[in-house]
Amino acid sequence: MTSSRFSNFAFGVLAWGVALLIFFPILWLLLTAFKTEQQAFSVDPTFWFTPTLESFRTALAQGNGYWHYAWNSALTAVASTLVGLALAVPAAYAMAFYPNKRTDFLLVWMVSTKFIPAVGVLIPMFLVYKTVGLLDHPLGLTLLFTAMNLPIIIWMVYSYFRDIPKDIVEAADIDGASILQTLFKVVLPLALPGLASTGLLALILAWNESFWSITMSDHRAATLAVYIASFKSAEGLFWAKMSAASVLAIAPIIVLGWFTQRQMVRGLTFGAVK
Amino acid sequence: MAIVELKNVAKRYGSSGSNAVENFNLTTRDGEFVVLVGPSGCGKSTTMRMIAGLERNTDGEILIGGRDVSQVPPKERDIAMVFQSYALYPHMTVAENMAFSLKLKKRSATEIKAQVDDAARTLGIEQLLERKPRELSGGQRQRVALGRAIVRSPQVFLMDEPLSNLDAKLRVDMRAEIVKLHKRLKVTTFYVTHDQVEAMTMGERIVVMKDGQIQQIDTPINLYEHPANRFVAGFIGNPSMNFLRASHVDGVLEGEGFRLTLDPAHAKTMAARAGDVWVGVRPEHLEDTDGEGNAIAGEVEVVETLGSVTVVQLRVGERFVTAQLSGHRRIEVGERLTLGCASDKLHLFDVESDEVIARNSVSALNAVAT
Repeated sequence: MTSSRFSNFAFGVLAWGVALLIFFPILWLLLTAFKTEQQAFSVDPTFWFTPTLESFRTALAQGNGYWHYAWNSALTAVASTLVGLALAVPAAYAMAFYPNKRTDFLLVWMVSTKFIPAVGVLIPMFLVYKTVGLLDHPLGLTLLFTAMNLPIIIWMVYSYFRDIPKDIVEAADIDGASILQTLFKVVLPLALPGLASTGLLALILAWNESFWSITMSDHRAATLAVYIASFKSAEGLFWAKMSAASVLAIAPIIVLGWFTQRQMVRGLTFGAVK
Repeated sequence: MAIVELKNVAKRYGSSGSNAVENFNLTTRDGEFVVLVGPSGCGKSTTMRMIAGLERNTDGEILIGGRDVSQVPPKERDIAMVFQSYALYPHMTVAENMAFSLKLKKRSATEIKAQVDDAARTLGIEQLLERKPRELSGGQRQRVALGRAIVRSPQVFLMDEPLSNLDAKLRVDMRAEIVKLHKRLKVTTFYVTHDQVEAMTMGERIVVMKDGQIQQIDTPINLYEHPANRFVAGFIGNPSMNFLRASHVDGVLEGEGFRLTLDPAHAKTMAARAGDVWVGVRPEHLEDTDGEGNAIAGEVEVVETLGSVTVVQLRVGERFVTAQLSGHRRIEVGERLTLGCASDKLHLFDVESDEVIARNSVSALNAVAT
């Protein structure tokens, strides 16, 4: 009894320790964003100082202005998520309810595309995009994010569909529903919590993406990742400004995550705790 | 309502050609209640799924009301199916579940409401119409599943083990209710079960299946009295039939611990045969005897007192024989019993093929002889 209480306490302390460790960089980022460049550059870490909004003011006006990048991030993240779901739903439906002997291979193959380091296909992608004029174009980034997230979206939607008993789909079939009617009136309503959390995850992954954004966009389609990176310079102090920009960049997604965390957790553990 | 015909229907999976169902032939009467029964993996569910169109038959023809539906998708076969899991739509209310098929057929709202209310009244679930399936008990879900099937007034009902998720008491109640429902609606019904009691109590005709093949198609009483082979004999009836291997000499069957005399009709058939046979005796046909005539003797190993009857297991030579004796008879473990059986209640089976060795009618044989 006492030993289990002690181990509960020990695990509690450990969990808090790990949580603080993970959260600390974000805390430091927040603090730095409200410092002057001199304070931010100071060798002694300071927790107590007079906060200033100077860095935010500078950051908001940087380049084309914060809102330009935020809009591109939102546009490409939302669009890629919607396109991804639209492609994943029929694919997952076919694999979940009409599997054949190649279905398992197909699933593994799709995920295996995620094993390739992105930089490995950078040159060909860059050349293709350059040729077809998709460089620095929101559509180009949208397509990249869709392709990047599609295997994950299909896997997740597939697993939510698999949780729906096949009998229910067959009952709809016998009741006279076409495939589309079965999909829209039976399968999608049942998988909605799962689809929502899949969508949220895809949205977050696309919003946070930086490798392709930085290499494939510059001005017109530049996302918040490009915006943050633009603060880096070879000379002068930029840590406070960069921190302020980072705070501005992650704020929307943190707010979204905060409000949807219940949905996220429920969706991600949907199949596990039935 | 319709006649359903299955002609040489077969289902093969994969290129290896292992048959799930082979050479299935059956023609129902209009409005008949047909039960498909057999152990798991015998092909009974596959057969039903082929009638439903959820699986395509690899061979043969399936006709519903004279129309070959082998290539017709489920929704155009005019059938309704009740699933073992009920398969209700969890996100819809009871009323919406029942109305779903009618809505898809674009029936008017008033007509849908009338039909749903009518079906709900028939099944006594009017007060549940606005509930979701998760708020219902197993028995109520079962009724909704039936309701969803009957609102459509289909030509054929298919029921795939609909009662196996219910507890024993509810199962008996629902059994009677489904039979009553069938009497009222008179829709041709296929009913799949692994439970021979369900089969015997519900079916007008029963198809006994094993390893994808029909063993026998008959009325419940004929299956019980005239099983076509050892499998059917052992499957139908509870407790199941005893089988003893016996040698045959001049109308007498003998083995370790028993000696049985054949009736004249069986004796005539056996006169032309040599070698051993399986003799089958139902537990309920065994009774106390003084040891004269037919006798099976052995030591009692297990006694199950059920009140109305007492079931005993007797060690007879190397085998066990089950007997169902009247309830007021007190029997102790270890007691030696001698049991008898009327000669006309014996069943004989070929030891090679397990097929029944039929009684040749005595009069017919006499006619040939003269």
